[in-house]
Amino acid sequence: MQQIYPDEHGRYGDYGGKYVPETLMYALEELEEAFNAAWEDDSFHEEYQDILREYAGRETPLTFAGHLTEYLGGAQIYLKREDLLHTGAHKLNNAIGQVLLARRMGKSKIVAETGAGQHGVATATVCAKFGLECKVFMGEEDMERQALNVFRMELLGAEVLPASSGNKTLKDATNEAIRYWVTNVEDTFYLIGSVVGPHPYPMIVRNYQRIIGDETKQQMQTRCGALPDAIAACVGGGSNAIGMFYPFLEDDVKLYGAEAAGMGVHTALHAATISKGTRGVIHGSLTYLIQDENGQIIEPYSISAGLDYPGIGPEHAHLAESGRVEYTGVTDEQSLEALSLLTKKEGILPAIESSHALYLAFEKAKQMDKNERIVICLSGRGDKDVETIRRRMEGESSDE
Amino acid sequence: MNKATNVLTVEEAAAQASYPLFVPFIMAGDPDEEATISIALSLQEAGAHILELGIPYSDPLADGPLLQRSAQRALKGGMSLKGALRTIRTMRERGLTIPVVVFSYVNPVLRMGEETFVKEAASAGANGVLIPDLPMEESSFISELAKEKELSVISLVAPTSAHRIEKIASQAQGFLYCVSSLGVTGTRDAFPDEAYAFIRKVKEASTVPVAVGFGISNRRQVELLDGVSDGIVVGSAIMKIVEQQQEALVSAEKTEREQALNEIKTFVSELISS
Repeated sequence: MQQIYPDEHGRYGDYGGKYVPETLMYALEELEEAFNAAWEDDSFHEEYQDILREYAGRETPLTFAGHLTEYLGGAQIYLKREDLLHTGAHKLNNAIGQVLLARRMGKSKIVAETGAGQHGVATATVCAKFGLECKVFMGEEDMERQALNVFRMELLGAEVLPASSGNKTLKDATNEAIRYWVTNVEDTFYLIGSVVGPHPYPMIVRNYQRIIGDETKQQMQTRCGALPDAIAACVGGGSNAIGMFYPFLEDDVKLYGAEAAGMGVHTALHAATISKGTRGVIHGSLTYLIQDENGQIIEPYSISAGLDYPGIGPEHAHLAESGRVEYTGVTDEQSLEALSLLTKKEGILPAIESSHALYLAFEKAKQMDKNERIVICLSGRGDKDVETIRRRMEGESSDE
Repeated sequence: MNKATNVLTVEEAAAQASYPLFVPFIMAGDPDEEATISIALSLQEAGAHILELGIPYSDPLADGPLLQRSAQRALKGGMSLKGALRTIRTMRERGLTIPVVVFSYVNPVLRMGEETFVKEAASAGANGVLIPDLPMEESSFISELAKEKELSVISLVAPTSAHRIEKIASQAQGFLYCVSSLGVTGTRDAFPDEAYAFIRKVKEASTVPVAVGFGISNRRQVELLDGVSDGIVVGSAIMKIVEQQQEALVSAEKTEREQALNEIKTFVSELISS
């Protein structure tokens, strides 16, 4: 059965909904109508698929990690290579889909938020291709940490606007993007980067990312004549994970989500929303979030800027509650260990975000049988993280 | 300790006021709890009909920089939803008799638990609740609870509400908060021309008085709205004075505090007196 969720109220079980100022309600209704019309229109899918193939480089390969499989001695490890997609991460799938939607709606201006800059770069890229005006909000702190991505977005013709409220990171950039949208809702399309935000965004982004899981399913069938036994993906807002999991929800496949445990879930420095969060509303959606006893949102922490978000997509909240997906925290240190192992054994440098999924999958693989198969969503490449990794590794060795 | 007996309901206060129905907004705990109480009493003295008491929140999506800063100051001082309800109780003890509407984003309310919130708010002496990120589609859970405790649920209507205006207006309680123009809170020198047509449309659809908010800061705007709306909601313009006077408002010297409160009263009387 396809698309059980969301229901007509934009709910995934208890989660989701539209908790936004009245000013945005009509825009969300309009967006939902436009998306549904596009999704039912073959010509939309043709155009979308054509751009994914000719411009973005789909389908992405499914790589068997033979050397690593041998080294770990457990299940056969396969990697879904979203790192090989144009711009280096899965974010582009969604940016293309939403830009096509914006064009259909006659909106020529795009506003987006970005954390590390991956979604910002993907959005700026697609806007450049289609000649749309692009504004990207980015936390001042993140702009400093990811100066190269700022420059990259500017090269692509986007205007990068600093978010200077709060802790000046992704949460605040999202607040500013929504505030900008409230002010300019008539001619501006808000291109959200993950399966978060008010309905219909979590549904739209999921549908544009499900290509990851759809391809994986087909590739496994062709290669192995069977579905994988397990799948792992990292979860910040959760777009690569839901894209990967969604086509497998009804199948007998174990699904594992890796969230960022930062310095450890027993410390205050983590972004483990499902393990340590409580029910609440963030950016228009009822979900789990990291908050204090008075309902004030707490800034999360992770070495990975892409997982550094205090909420999580409402569909993940539902899948956690129903038990369909098992979510586990992976620390900074564990993710770097997995990053290093994959790089050495397979010659693939993964993003730190994706390395959280790698660590979890490696642990699972070790306990699995040799004839079982596990797929990891390698959501992005690690080139953007080289400086962080270098600093961290040098820092650690000088500490010893 | 409960509601002072001579407190009007939001409905009564809104219906009885002659133009302009004046609804000031202040942030609980900015610059501190004691000052908030004094500001509330000063506003009552200056002619406020209903008080909107803002609950500081870490991520206020509908607010501009001024109210964001105000919330940050209040949070730094330890203010919370619970603290704000305690503040209302003290305001009542000190003679505040105008109705109080608790203005909170939805998350602190959910965190407290909507049932506890409604019960505690009513018991503290609040008369209404306004949740800016809770559109009518999501508000039924709180409306039912609020009804039991005789709290009015204040609705917002925006220039983009289009076909939603009638439905929102038909459910409105107390007064209908009409958002003047697109964007976040904060002062605007003037409204776009189309704002007046929109407000007239809202007024026509509404069975309760209509108060216009978002951007009101000067006498000229209030005059232009005479005959168009029933009243005004003023937040950022007041909190701007609070920001400028934050040190004086918490001064150990009574005269300094009074001088700062007088600044607010003077602003209000220039804004609303005919």
